[in-house]
Amino acid sequence: MRSFTYERPGTPAEAAAAVARTPEAKFIAGGTNLLDLMKLQIETPAHLVDVNGLGLDRIEATPEGGLRIGALVRNTDLAADARVRKDYGVLSRALLAGASGQLRNKATTAGNLLQRTRCPYFYDTAQACNKRRPGSGCSALDGVSRQLAVIGGSDACIATHPGDMAVAMRVLDATVETVDAEGTARRIPIAEFHRLPGDEPEIDTTLKIGELITAVTLPRPVAGTHIYRKVRDRASYAYALVSVAAILGKDGTGHVAFGGVAHKPWRVEAAEADLPRGAKAVTETVFAGAKPTHENAYKLKLAERTLGAALNQARA
Amino acid sequence: MSRRDRVADAPVMAKVGLTVNGQRRELDLDIRTSLLDAAREHLHLTGSKKGCDHGQCGACTMIVDGRRINACLTLAVMHQGSEITTIEGLGQPDNLHPMQAAFVKHDGYQCGYCTPGQICSGVAVLAEIEAGIPSHVTADLNAPIEVSAAEIRERMSGNICRCGAYSNIVEAMTAVAGRQA
Ligand SMILES: Cc1cc2nc3c(=O)[nH]c(=O)nc-3n(C[C@H](O)[C@H](O)[C@H](O)COP(=O)(O)OP(=O)(O)OC[C@H]3O[C@@H](n4cnc5c(N)ncnc54)[C@H](O)[C@@H]3O)c2cc1C
Ligand code: SF4
Ligand code: FES
Ligand code: FES
Repeated sequence: MRSFTYERPGTPAEAAAAVARTPEAKFIAGGTNLLDLMKLQIETPAHLVDVNGLGLDRIEATPEGGLRIGALVRNTDLAADARVRKDYGVLSRALLAGASGQLRNKATTAGNLLQRTRCPYFYDTAQACNKRRPGSGCSALDGVSRQLAVIGGSDACIATHPGDMAVAMRVLDATVETVDAEGTARRIPIAEFHRLPGDEPEIDTTLKIGELITAVTLPRPVAGTHIYRKVRDRASYAYALVSVAAILGKDGTGHVAFGGVAHKPWRVEAAEADLPRGAKAVTETVFAGAKPTHENAYKLKLAERTLGAALNQARA
Repeated sequence: MSRRDRVADAPVMAKVGLTVNGQRRELDLDIRTSLLDAAREHLHLTGSKKGCDHGQCGACTMIVDGRRINACLTLAVMHQGSEITTIEGLGQPDNLHPMQAAFVKHDGYQCGYCTPGQICSGVAVLAEIEAGIPSHVTADLNAPIEVSAAEIRERMSGNICRCGAYSNIVEAMTAVAGRQA
């Protein structure tokens, strides 16, 4: 690990200012993704700004009838919160399907949103990777791409956002709240938070440098069966090959987002009207224009069948 | 010149105060030191093991401020003032923690490398179930949680055992949970 300096500011505005002012600085929350990448020298921050002391660790009801989740709320606490379990079950389920008990005790709401891809070439510093080293090329295009994106990728990168929580946040229409170095607050709809790789795959989100996530807000609860189905290579402690976050009625109406298929949680609202007609009708629209590789074309069928299973679960 | 060049790779030192197994400890550490290395290399508490150093195996599991975590994926400097329990603090050879005794009785290990992490995790898992924290296999998110083999297996999935002692670990934990009930 490269050396760095460290500070622990007391307010969100100070933290944002510290990162904006110091070249090559980064926030650190749970550290479960950043430290992993620093050990491999994939991330080499020269300064760490510890955000654990900012008091952003509460879950509060909003005047609109939703919830405001502090950026530092641990994944365990969010999944176990009585209001989340009762009204936003898809979020509890997605969190509990991710990582391990130890990791969820450390991982935070903001850090989880910002976890980086698990593309094997991103992790292997001996290989070309545009996301890790812009302009070096993409080893995955002709390489091992079984886990990678089937839609929304580019000639520069076909990585996925690997996380589970963000997929549930997407189906719940969450909003990411931030503050920048000037103290200006901003609200980013989750749909616009993660970006597609295009020709700048090194940029995962629409956050600016030094912009600190303070909270994620959820609108009023949506009625229906809350479902998160994650298909993976083993029953626990593995990333999704495909996942489905859905809120469905018995008649099949509802909302659905897909994980493990793109650089961001993948949702096509226009396809949701077709949910009562069954999974195939929906996934045909959701994955129109998909460009799978020979290794990951299976994900298209898997997404259809996983949604089918979710529809059956809601009907039962 | 970038900050990276200015900072070069000269170690940056920090004073870190921790309470480890009930004892207040002050350390002068390179800021990069993980909590795991602080315990093993600086406090000579070598019970916690380093398997992967990347959060993948659970051999380094400690209980920090009441929660089990992977000590390899956190910095000691981020734990100023924390209360840390390692396997050495859970019980001693002549004063075994019930979970340690159950691992012995039920043969919950072979080589023993993963065992300190398994036992710390096991103790915390039963506390998590007791506290009503649900898991991926909990059928009803809004009902009380039963200690079952399925719950134990899912919750222990962050602790890998190369020797495959899994089924005996489930037996040991089930026995301890039964005694607690
Ligand atoms: C072995 C293993 C298995 C895993 N399996 C899964 C899985 O199955 N599913 C899944 O979803 N995840 C999985 N994860 C990933 C895990 O969920 C993430 O590591 C975790 O959520 C990151 O949160 P953190 O708080 O530790 O982030 P950190 O590592 O502290 O930070 C991550 C990034 O977020 C930035 N950041 C942190 N807080 C803020 C803030 N408030 N504002 C702005 N930027 C911020 C940091 O600068 C950094 O770039 C796994 C991880 C490991 C190690
Ligand atoms: S898919 Fe993206 S992350 Fe993977 S090698 Fe290509 S550029 Fe790197
Ligand atoms: S050594 Fe920490 S999880 Fe493997
Ligand atoms: S007992 Fe050998 S690794 Fe678990």
